Parts: sequence; C-alpha cells; structure tokens
Amino acid sequence: MLKEIQKSLFKKKATVLYPFKERERVHIPEGFRGKIVFDRDKCTGCLLCARFCPSGACEIVTDEKGKRPIFHLELCLFCSQCQEVCPKGAINLTKEFELAAFDRKAFTIR
Amino acid sequence: MQEEELQKTEKKSAYELFFDIPVGPQHPALKEPAFFKFRVEGERVVGVDVDVSYNHRGIERALEDRNYIQNIYLIERICGICNVAHTLCYAQAVEQLHGKEIPPRANYIRLMMEELARIHSHMLWLGVAAHEIGFDTLFMYVWRDREVVMDLIEMLTGNRVTTAVNTIGGVRRDVSNEAKDKVKKGMNVLEERLKYYRKVALNDPTVNARCSGVGILKPKDAIRLCAVGPTLRASGVKNDVRKDDPYTLHDEVPFNVITFDTMDVFARVLVRIDETLESVNMVRYCLDHMPNGDVRIKLPLSPPVGEAISRVEAPRGELIHYARSNGTKNPERYKVRTPTFENLPSVSEMLTSKSDYEVNIADIPIILASIDPCFSCTARMEFRDVSKGKTWIWSLKELKAHCSKSRR
Ligand code: SF4
Ligand code: SF4
Repeated sequence: MLKEIQKSLFKKKATVLYPFKERERVHIPEGFRGKIVFDRDKCTGCLLCARFCPSGACEIVTDEKGKRPIFHLELCLFCSQCQEVCPKGAINLTKEFELAAFDRKAFTIR
Repeated sequence: MQEEELQKTEKKSAYELFFDIPVGPQHPALKEPAFFKFRVEGERVVGVDVDVSYNHRGIERALEDRNYIQNIYLIERICGICNVAHTLCYAQAVEQLHGKEIPPRANYIRLMMEELARIHSHMLWLGVAAHEIGFDTLFMYVWRDREVVMDLIEMLTGNRVTTAVNTIGGVRRDVSNEAKDKVKKGMNVLEERLKYYRKVALNDPTVNARCSGVGILKPKDAIRLCAVGPTLRASGVKNDVRKDDPYTLHDEVPFNVITFDTMDVFARVLVRIDETLESVNMVRYCLDHMPNGDVRIKLPLSPPVGEAISRVEAPRGELIHYARSNGTKNPERYKVRTPTFENLPSVSEMLTSKSDYEVNIADIPIILASIDPCFSCTARMEFRDVSKGKTWIWSLKELKAHCSKSRR
C-alpha cells in the first residue's frame, strides 16, 4: 500500500475543481438524460407523454392550439419515458445538467 | 432480539451490571434511519434490539395505483444502488404474466448491466467497509477506481446510477460497437485494480486486525436465520440464485459461486472482491458473445390475468418480486422481498457475544456494514386505522394472535 501511495503523490488529482476551474474535464457522454427540450410545433397533442410519465412532471394544459403538455423539471425523474413514447419526436433530453435555479418558473418547460 | 431473550442474558451474567446504548434512529454513523439498542457489559455487547421501521414509504401500495410502464421507474427507486436488479426482477415478473420471451441480445445486455451494477455496488461497499475500519486511504482509492465503472454505466444508459435500462419486453438502449470497446478497456483497468485490492485485503495488517475473527456467523446459524447473498456465501454455504435458478442467461454465461469458510467480516470482504472479479469476466463474455438483432419486443400495456414470481441475485442477496394481475393496466397486488431485511436477524446474531467469541463496541460499525445494509430495503408493513388516525406496527406474535382471533 505504501508504494501505491508514493505513486499517487505525483499523479494528477482525481477530483475536478468544478465549477471554478477545469470545467472541460467534466465529461458528459452522448445520450445523457438531462434537461428536457420540447418542440411545440411538432407536437400533435396525443397526450401519450402525460399518460406514461411516472412522476406527474408532464402536465396537460389547454392553449390556443388545443391540449399540449408542459414539463415541470422540479418533478421530473429524467427517465426519458416521454421521449420514448412520443410518436412525433417532439421531446428530447439534452446534455444540460446544471439545473439549479432560485425561481420555480425556470423549471417549467413549454 | 426479543425483550425476554435480553432478560435471559441478564440473569446469566456474573456482573449484573449492564448498560443499554441506544444508537439511532438518526446517528452520524448510520446513513439511514434505524434504531439499535445494544446491551453492553463493559466493552462486551451481550444483546441487540433492532428496529428498522423508520423508513416506510408505502411503495407496494403506490405500485397498485400506477400502470405497468410507470411502475418501472417507481420500482427502480426502491433502492438506488440495486436499481438494475429491481427493474430486472420486475420486468421478468411482468414478462412472465404476458408469457413472452425477450430477444437474446436483450438478455445479454440485461445480464451485462446487472453485472456492471454488481461491480459498482461491491466496490462501493468495499470503500465503505474500509472507511468503517478506519482505513480511509483504501476507501479513497477504491472509490476513485469505482468511477471507471460509473462512467461506463453513464455512457451505456445515460445516467450514472439510476440506469432505467430494463423495460418490459427487453432493454431500452442498444450497445454500439464503440461502447463495447470502451467497456472492454474499462474492464481491463478494473481487473488489474481489483486484483491489487485483493492483495491488499490479504496482506494488509490493518484489514487483518479489524476483520479477522470479527462478526462470526456459523453456517448452521446462517441457514437457520435465512441469511442471503454474500453474507451467506461468506459463511461457506454455496447458494446463489444465478446458479440455483438461472434467469436471463446465467445458465449460459460461465461463472463460479464464490464461498469462503472463515465466516467473519474478512470472508465477506474477500467474497465480494472475488465476486466482482467474476462479474468482470461475465461482462467480457457478454461483450464477446452478444448476437445481433432486436433488443426489445412490443408488449401490450395490460397483461392477462395471472400471477408471477421472479427471483434475482441482487448485489446484497436474493430478491423476490411477486405480481398479481387482474387484466387491467395496473397490478392488483405487488410484493417485494428484499435482501437486507432477510439479513437483519443474522446481524443481531453476529453482534451478540457467545461463550467462544466476543463482540466489542468498537466492532459494531464494521459488523453492521458487513451485510451491506440498505435500509431502504426494510420496513415492509405498518397498520393504519384511518377512522381513528392511528398508526402502529405489530410484532410477529401480535400478528399471529390477531390472525388466529379473526379466523375464529
Ligand atoms: S423524463 Fe420521465 S419524469 Fe420527466 S417528464 Fe419525461 S416521463 Fe416524466
Ligand atoms: S407524446 Fe409527443 S406528440 Fe403526443 S402530446 Fe406528448 S409531446 Fe405531443
């Protein structure tokens, strides 16, 4: 074990000084399930996403176009079930992971 | 241990001087709420009373209100670390209700994910155990190397811990060829590191001093108290759901059931390290033998009327799910039996001094940690009288008394 400790003394640090330095060392792979992006124009209002959302993060509201989902990120589990069932590909989960905010409104995706 | 048994030990003592040390429910040494009352005589622990009913979340009831697809994500959250085992068990139970087989490629991916999750869980445990015995250097190193498998899981599924990869009828994501290469490279790194940790565990004086001869669980007691998983195997009993009742492809993918016969915490350390090495080989086998084809079949939302039971060897031991369907889109009844709950009687056995073996207060944390407890596994049942606004929990005796009364 002592040998191992000596070896590690001269190695680069395993931890990243996030968020102040070395942000680029935070590697987020393709296909990461992060913040939801919703394309309102593609949506046809079939409501499958709300039917299968496990946590109630996907709420249906009625606007000028008819019934459309809105997403409450503070309830979302980032399971991507909505993305999977959407027949129009209107929902996408992106690599964006820094989702802290002071205002709840920032969490509602329309 | 029951109250009267505690009393019995009291009478036998020569000193007649006991203290009760309460630990928990909120305690810096415990990460999750549980209450332990240790009866001590000087430094010796002579009795334990365990109460784990602080964590009732009503998951089984909540499952009955959601449809089968939504339930995947709820089941996954019974336990963060065992999430792959839970969804696998759930998906198998529902597929059994449907009476359908999933494509072979999906089975390979499921098995691979299961083993990757086992690697990550066992390495997490090894770090925690090292921390409990005060060997924080080992803890840091193990957790640094655990990042390798965490990154692989993140790349394969889109999240570090909560994978959401198993679904009813297969898996949700395929494994690309580049991903395969990366997993292979990661496995090489892990194998080398794990072999090194095995050497450390075998040779290091700290590990030896704190783990050898501590937390003894004899095979006969392990069987009597229904221990499961690595706790049982460390007592020398060859028992593994993957061998005894193979699911997914465990009858095809070769592996050894690891047992160890010193019956102490040291055995549990080695069983887990060796199991992780087996898992590394199983992941390699899966990568090499994975056939091409679909990874998922479409199944209707509502399975036919019926019942199903499925078993999975989770990192902590045998996991059983039971599902009953009434033909609608929600299950009628769902029951989960988790490994930590099964291991709690054994831990009270380990924590009680016998004539030939002593338990010191200082050994409590590592003995407790040696079953890899996960208290989200526990607290299965409580009773609620809505009209009176009262909630209570029954012991087995009270429950039996109530049952015989109502039968009459
Ligand atoms: S990702 Fe999951 S929890 Fe979030 S809105 Fe979609 S279905 Fe609901
Ligand atoms: S599933 Fe897709 S198309 Fe249907 S309502 Fe949701 S976003 Fe719109």
